[in-house]
Amino acid sequence: MDTFAALAHGMAVAVQPMNLLYALIGVFLGTAVGVLPGIGPALTVALLLPVTYKLDPGGSLIMFAGIYYGGMYGGSTTAILINTPGESASMATALEGNKMAKAGRGGPALATSAIGSFVAGTIATIGLAFLAPWLVDFAVRFGPEDYFALMCVAFVTVSATFGDSPVRGLTSLFIGLTLGLVGIDKLTGQARLAFGVPELLDGVEVTTLAVGLFAVGEALYVASRRHHTEEKLEPVRGSLWMTREDWKRSWKPWLRGTMFGFPIGALPAGGAEIPTFLSYSTEKRLTNHPEEFGKGAIEGVAGPEAANNASAAGTLVPLLTLGLPTSATAAMMLAGFQQYGLNPGPLLFAERPDLVWGLIASLFIANMMLLVLNLPLVGLWVRLLAIPQPWLYAGILVFATMGTIAAKPSVVELSMLAGFGVLGFLMRRFDFPIAPVVVGLILGPIAESQLRRALAISLGDPMTLLQSPISATLLGVALIALLAPFVLKGLGRFKANED
Amino acid sequence: MTSGDPVQPPRRVDRAGLVIAALLAALAAVLVWDSRGLQSAAMYGMGPEAMPVVVASGLALLAIGNFIDALRGNLPARESSDPVPVVLILIGLALLIAIIGFGGGFILATSALFVTTSAAFGRRAILIDAIIALAMSTLIYLAFDRLLTLSLPAGPLERLL
Repeated sequence: MDTFAALAHGMAVAVQPMNLLYALIGVFLGTAVGVLPGIGPALTVALLLPVTYKLDPGGSLIMFAGIYYGGMYGGSTTAILINTPGESASMATALEGNKMAKAGRGGPALATSAIGSFVAGTIATIGLAFLAPWLVDFAVRFGPEDYFALMCVAFVTVSATFGDSPVRGLTSLFIGLTLGLVGIDKLTGQARLAFGVPELLDGVEVTTLAVGLFAVGEALYVASRRHHTEEKLEPVRGSLWMTREDWKRSWKPWLRGTMFGFPIGALPAGGAEIPTFLSYSTEKRLTNHPEEFGKGAIEGVAGPEAANNASAAGTLVPLLTLGLPTSATAAMMLAGFQQYGLNPGPLLFAERPDLVWGLIASLFIANMMLLVLNLPLVGLWVRLLAIPQPWLYAGILVFATMGTIAAKPSVVELSMLAGFGVLGFLMRRFDFPIAPVVVGLILGPIAESQLRRALAISLGDPMTLLQSPISATLLGVALIALLAPFVLKGLGRFKANED
Repeated sequence: MTSGDPVQPPRRVDRAGLVIAALLAALAAVLVWDSRGLQSAAMYGMGPEAMPVVVASGLALLAIGNFIDALRGNLPARESSDPVPVVLILIGLALLIAIIGFGGGFILATSALFVTTSAAFGRRAILIDAIIALAMSTLIYLAFDRLLTLSLPAGPLERLL
């Protein structure tokens, strides 16, 4: 019953006219930026962060909810119409969706992805509303050692377990952890890795890092390989509406996709790639039209798109209840909270229920707005896609640097932005994942202070990490997750030798 | 710049991979060197110097891991890459930083970046791009500085507005 009361209270916050307006602006901006090729939801949130600087925390978080979901919708539009998924979670959508667009069925593909996202987003947000209070009750009992162990789990799963190569994923994570060390140590006031540069004493700004890695890095990477591919925009031909047959073939994949997406997204493991590809292969197996897969099967758009949106809502569960970002987008949301000095977690639920529940309620509203906005406005989004590439990337870079110039117009900060851009370019070129860097920068300092608190309480006895059952279990999970890919790889090599 | 390079044959020592491993090792060394200047003030538990050493150990291990991958040629195949546009965009960023640093203002700085980036992506109509860039950055300046009251750095052009 508590949940209903809290949610109703949140709704009352969210439907205030000003907040509705913020949600609408967020949804609109999010879709417009997210639809640009090569821009995923994480970068959308990072680019639009400065726009929300001057708002109050409530309004800004509500706008964020809109930007987040809007960016996801925009990303799938790009995936379907020009086959350039802005993030790996839209890759499965691009697989069938672009084929459908080529076959002149772009309208129904966009429709099934929009309605599927709405269905999945709504169910998953309900899941979030019910799961969150329960997890919060559990999380209040966490001591600092338990938080430290939980962050170890997140570190390992985000970087090692689900990537292509655990070594490269962990390398990215440790680059992030190194960047997290820069600045004044909060407990003793001593400067680390600042090299006498006063601007570095405050530490590395999350938005500078994210915008540098994602926006500048992406622009450099696309420019460096411009001679390889020419993107082709598929015009939306024919009806936008789904036929009876399309509906019949879509509703089950929507629900199955949601069932994959939400639980996996809610684990402190993160990543929407696993559920989207699980959903894709499941639909491929269950379909009555196996001959259409690879040529544009609507199930292959409906399922993964639902899974993608459901897992996005799922990642908000660890973010809001534990303060644990498990994806690059969630990390940017956390940066949005931190800009107001707010730390998501059980305390925030107790102290600012209006903020948290207003945000959750806004997710419902943003989802609804997107459904209403997106299909009629698809012509406008398509026109955005037709901006010539030189102006598009020039504009992206101007916007990217503007955020930094507005926040800290210093030569050092801008040089860091350019430096992170080069880093992002090299990481793309050599196939290192980028999200672990951002997660490492954000979680590294938090993990360190929790560990030091735990050790100070135990008078320096490291056994405290194993004496708490929660912490011991979580550290065990982290260890298994760290070793599993190496063991599996070894087994794979063993099998290959057997053949 | 040779487009359509053949994919690198596997199982060959990857030089770029060796450089990456060396850089990681160097980063680990910097961390340890920096942490030696810190004083441990904590009576119990960890001082501020402990975490850098932990991270440095991790980096050192990963340097070894990357080194082994490079020796085995285990890195993923790379496509050929054209350095010219990358350098052009970096020049644009350098111009932006210099103009901001010397007080040239937001409009000139972002216009320089816009024109060089657009050229990097193959546009040759520099004059038209410059006009578009100036118009766009002036609009952005007015929208953000006047409407949203974010303070963007002002130079000679901004003072005319």
